[in-house]
Amino acid sequence: MTGNLSLVGYGLSAIGPAIAVGLIFAAYINGVARQPEARNLLQPIAILGFALAEALAIFGLVLFFIK
Amino acid sequence: MSLTALAASITSLPAAEGGEGFQPPTTDIFWLPLFGKGDWAITEQMVWGAIVTAFLVIMLLALSKRAAVIPSKGQWMLEGLYNFVRNGVARDMIGTREFLKFVPLLFTFFTLILFNNLMGIFPLAMNPVTGKIGFPIAFTLVVYAVYHWIGIKRMGLGGYFKHMVPEGLPGWIVPFVGLLEFITYFITRPLTLALRLFGNMFAGHMVITLFVSAAAYQLLDGGAALKALSIPTGLMAAIMVLFEALVQFLQAYVFTLLAASYIAGALADHGDEH
Repeated sequence: MTGNLSLVGYGLSAIGPAIAVGLIFAAYINGVARQPEARNLLQPIAILGFALAEALAIFGLVLFFIK
Repeated sequence: MSLTALAASITSLPAAEGGEGFQPPTTDIFWLPLFGKGDWAITEQMVWGAIVTAFLVIMLLALSKRAAVIPSKGQWMLEGLYNFVRNGVARDMIGTREFLKFVPLLFTFFTLILFNNLMGIFPLAMNPVTGKIGFPIAFTLVVYAVYHWIGIKRMGLGGYFKHMVPEGLPGWIVPFVGLLEFITYFITRPLTLALRLFGNMFAGHMVITLFVSAAAYQLLDGGAALKALSIPTGLMAAIMVLFEALVQFLQAYVFTLLAASYIAGALADHGDEH
């Protein structure tokens, strides 16, 4: 079997942002469940947080190709 | 290139013994030159980008030309899209005072990126235009120029740099925070904005291609067990296409939202943006 170990490394590093995205949306759902009228206020904040956490995974993807 | 042609080209590779015949798709699937060669080649993504832009211009003009108090179905849908950007993104992020100036820019970003992304699941194109790094870079350059220009015009060059550091910090920490904020404004923001869009479209298309080519390989070149396995693999490809549709919409929204938030940060008065 041949391959590149950096693929495994990228897979491992994607765990961090995955947990972060999960926590962000869990908090968002909690917030909306407690206070449904806050939905419009919370939505951009949640999406912003999601985008920032996701950026880390995207960096990893690009670094994999740069090597 | 359509997916069937892609699958055919992949499965036409000579199959080696012992299940080693499958060639996973490489990044070459994004290199689709039509005319010319090398750096100046006209690629398929460029042509689709031009088609999308022409389609958007014609559609938006046609739907908004005969705007009526009682809207037609098309006008109603266009107004929904416009309202989403105007109220859901621009007004929420920039604030009621100055957001109207930036709605045209943000609406252009949203529609252009959304439809260019959707080319990834549009049957004739089947390749996201924004999966080529050049397109996200071009979009990001516009955002970059706009928010720095606004900030410098509003606060002056010195004031703009001063506004990056929040007020009320102890004196010794100001250089460190200033350096961090400088890196954020000039390097991290444009880098993440372009790479996020590119990375999502790129990775999504790779995953779809992988599942489709794997299913085609299993069905055409595999034994009985692999032939049976091609059904869940094909199903997974279909699920990934649906998931990509969601991601494509979300990324257009995220790009517009972040562009609006950067503009809002440059517009804000001293220390107001946090």
